[in-house]
Amino acid sequence: MSVVEIKELTKRFERGNVVALQDIELAIEPGEFVSLIGPSGCGKSTLLRIIGDLIKPSSGTVTVNGKPAPRARADHDYGIVFQDSVLFDWRTVAKNVALPLEMLGWDRARRKERVDEMMTLVELQGFGDHHPWQLSGGMQMRVAIARALAFAPALLLMDEPFGALDEMTRERLNMELLRIWDASKSTVVFVTHSIAEAVFLSTRVVVMSPRPGRIADIVGIDLPYPRGAQTREEPRYFELVTQVREALHLGSDLDQVPVQ
Amino acid sequence: MSTQPVAVAPVPRGALSNRVGRRALDWAPAAVVLVLALVFWQESIAVFNIKRFLAPQPSAIASAFWDHRSELLRAGWFTFQEALGGFVIGCSVAIVAALALARWRGVGRALMPYAIAANAVPIIAFAPITNAWFSPFDKTSKMAIAAVLCFFPVFVNTVRGLTSVRPASIELMRSYAAGEIDIFRRVRVPTALPFVFTALKIATVLSMIGAIVGEYFGGSFNALGVLIFSKSSTFDFEEAWAGIGVACAFGIAFYLAVAGLERLALRGAPSTEE
Repeated sequence: MSVVEIKELTKRFERGNVVALQDIELAIEPGEFVSLIGPSGCGKSTLLRIIGDLIKPSSGTVTVNGKPAPRARADHDYGIVFQDSVLFDWRTVAKNVALPLEMLGWDRARRKERVDEMMTLVELQGFGDHHPWQLSGGMQMRVAIARALAFAPALLLMDEPFGALDEMTRERLNMELLRIWDASKSTVVFVTHSIAEAVFLSTRVVVMSPRPGRIADIVGIDLPYPRGAQTREEPRYFELVTQVREALHLGSDLDQVPVQ
Repeated sequence: MSTQPVAVAPVPRGALSNRVGRRALDWAPAAVVLVLALVFWQESIAVFNIKRFLAPQPSAIASAFWDHRSELLRAGWFTFQEALGGFVIGCSVAIVAALALARWRGVGRALMPYAIAANAVPIIAFAPITNAWFSPFDKTSKMAIAAVLCFFPVFVNTVRGLTSVRPASIELMRSYAAGEIDIFRRVRVPTALPFVFTALKIATVLSMIGAIVGEYFGGSFNALGVLIFSKSSTFDFEEAWAGIGVACAFGIAFYLAVAGLERLALRGAPSTEE
């Protein structure tokens, strides 16, 4: 069974009568790491939010774990990470990670045990009593990832999580994310506009094109895991980066064709 | 990952004496200004031969305070009770109204114009009228003035706080299938707290002003406003000034008490740590 299955999905925003997404068909299998990439306005973030049932589609169906998206959201079938870490300043780091567990009604002892586990997973042991504003941007993002994975969801949705970080921190977090993905056995849908990041991380890269947002191409990434610094130097890596870049440009070129 | 995560450690809490010492140092410039101002005031009145009904010397005010200290403090306490009562009523109503407005936007559309209109009314001018409503000797008449003065800043700031939640925070909560009540309790209220406390601090001072000015239009002889008013009409300016000083002291103490509550409630928020 696919973790995410999208059929004949269209999203039209009433305001401005914009077609954000058109005829999206996509199935994501368990354990996959799928990146959605495309220029601004291609609807990649909208698509992610539709999978999470934070935005309703205009038509078409979205199932998560075999359930309609609203049911999956109610059942806590996914965790989500935004570009901004969205940590609450009035809570300590540990309490931020525990937030979804509180909402699920876990008792204190079970929460504490789980939070400790998650802090170890993202290598932030000892920072539980800090407040978010005392951490660097990269560390805040790791807290956000720990929070999203705290209740062990089958699916992790990430909306440009490293977009606001510097290049060095970003590359380090990319490697960490792969390690966490491997350790947690979750399925990841990852929105980015960095070609290098998409190729480095993913099992498949979904290339989208704008106005209306649609899938231009899907590039399978056959680089072996575990991937590391040397992956970025392999010829195959460059070939795939080129392939994704060309797919992106081809997608945009479709726009240049005059309407008959 | 091989490198250890590096974070800025929070400022270590030193020994108490250390903290007190640093505190004293923080306040030193302000204390110097106060002393200089008092000396200048004291001396310039003697040098320029300023009439005592224009401004008495600080030493004369201090001795008037000492001679009438029990009367003045009792009056101050009486007026403070009126201010506190008005503060509690005004702020509670404002916070409840703000919660309702943030929860049901329709309520907001119905209430907001009147809140703004009410704020434009010169509330102090209502003092004779509230005296007529509740009798000038009843504390309620002054509480009414203080309450109305407190209402608007607290109401506006609380609404602002409750509605200034980042959209991503709401999305995050919705991803957990949180309902409106959960979002309120876990996101909107904590986000609003710093705004609310800012307004409460403003309201402490406003409530004292409201109570005292209300008393100028008639009130119990135990009241500070009545005392200040009657002493200045009998040319007892030193005691009138001493009364103003007592009003300030109560106002400042009230303010500091609420500021202390704020520090307690917002522990860990970046703005409350040095």
